[in-house]
Amino acid sequence: MKHIDEYRDEKVISGMASTISRRKAAKPLKFMHVCGTHENAIARFGLRALLPEWIRIIAGPGCPVCICPTEDIDLASQIALEKKAAIVTFGDMMKVPATDGSLFDVKSSGGKIHVVYSPSDAVSMARENPYEEICFFGVGFETTAAPVAAAILSRPPDNFSMISSHRIIPPALELLLNRDDVAIDGFILPGHVTTVMGYSEYEDFPKKYGKGVAIAGFEPADVLLAILNLVEQVIEKDYKVFNCYRRSVTREGNRLAREAIQNVFEISDSRWRGIGIIKNSGLKLRTEFQKYDAVKKFQLRKEKESIDLNPGCLCHLIMIGKIEPPECPMFGKRCTPEFPYGPCMVSSEGTCRLHHGL
Amino acid sequence: MCLGIPMKVVKIEENLGIVETGGVKRRIFLDLIDDVKEGDYVIVHAGYAIHRIDEKEAQENLDLIRQYLSATELS
Repeated sequence: MKHIDEYRDEKVISGMASTISRRKAAKPLKFMHVCGTHENAIARFGLRALLPEWIRIIAGPGCPVCICPTEDIDLASQIALEKKAAIVTFGDMMKVPATDGSLFDVKSSGGKIHVVYSPSDAVSMARENPYEEICFFGVGFETTAAPVAAAILSRPPDNFSMISSHRIIPPALELLLNRDDVAIDGFILPGHVTTVMGYSEYEDFPKKYGKGVAIAGFEPADVLLAILNLVEQVIEKDYKVFNCYRRSVTREGNRLAREAIQNVFEISDSRWRGIGIIKNSGLKLRTEFQKYDAVKKFQLRKEKESIDLNPGCLCHLIMIGKIEPPECPMFGKRCTPEFPYGPCMVSSEGTCRLHHGL
Repeated sequence: MCLGIPMKVVKIEENLGIVETGGVKRRIFLDLIDDVKEGDYVIVHAGYAIHRIDEKEAQENLDLIRQYLSATELS
């Protein structure tokens, strides 16, 4: 297939892997990616096995389902059960454990929960069912926030509302760069978040933190090229933002998508599950779209504190790249894809789920 | 949510498009991109095209891989 096969070429892949192996940095290197789709590609194509042992690729807080705070899932459950509104969301959200169970459990208890592929499907449901309240539970980073913004700009009817649990990537990376206990030698930036937002926001990183940054697509050659480039940056001590995904990413990003996000949302301090509140890392609806804000519309009272992590769950350490899934005592025992105990075991973008096997 | 693969636009009607990859067809919205025409390849996320792949950028990407490989192999 065009624009895919070229990046899965066996000769290119083995050539890159052997080039990386021949390079030698002065110390072992640890690179972090921040995208569930990168972890998926790395697992699916077995890329870790192609790398020399002195390079480790770890997953950061790049799975939107994993970092969605329990309080937002609890809110969705409450809306479904107490207000009898239909919650409409992405399939990956169904099994995520929350304080009193997952959305799947809510559905079993009679709550209306529907899975969609696109936020526009939720808007269509509201148009087609004018006597039913439809509440879209929106999670995801900039890449998902843009389609959600476009759906809101299509002026959904009054029986539509949403929970905005959208997050943006740069503040999370800065948080990790400012922590002493997470030693990272470079970042692999998420290709499609950067397709939307461009990479100008990251241009301070190399100088400010002395770390390399490479933007990667999702085919094996893309990921290996980013790793190769980061190794070169470390060896040359010449840190920069390098765009390895030129067929999709420009410095400015997608103007229409950025404008849609800006018109619909404003930046807010937001909680990341297992990590806590990160300043200026979330997107909430602007004043002119408040009529779609489910929290305001349903005037819910919080009855108890939400619990982000079950006792013994180490997803918070996995999400910041401090430990890897097999180091968690729950991994593969009490926590499995069939019965996830922590959020990272649920989604096909979750680090634990991908380490466990696709 | 993110398929991460380019899909070919086979039909356009106003802000809607039909895209295809490997025999799978899907209806998408084109609100977030400019100047798309039938036959173009786009990257789709959550039902919306978020990028149109330009042939020049695609060639530049392949050249980058080749140049990078040959340069590092020589060093």
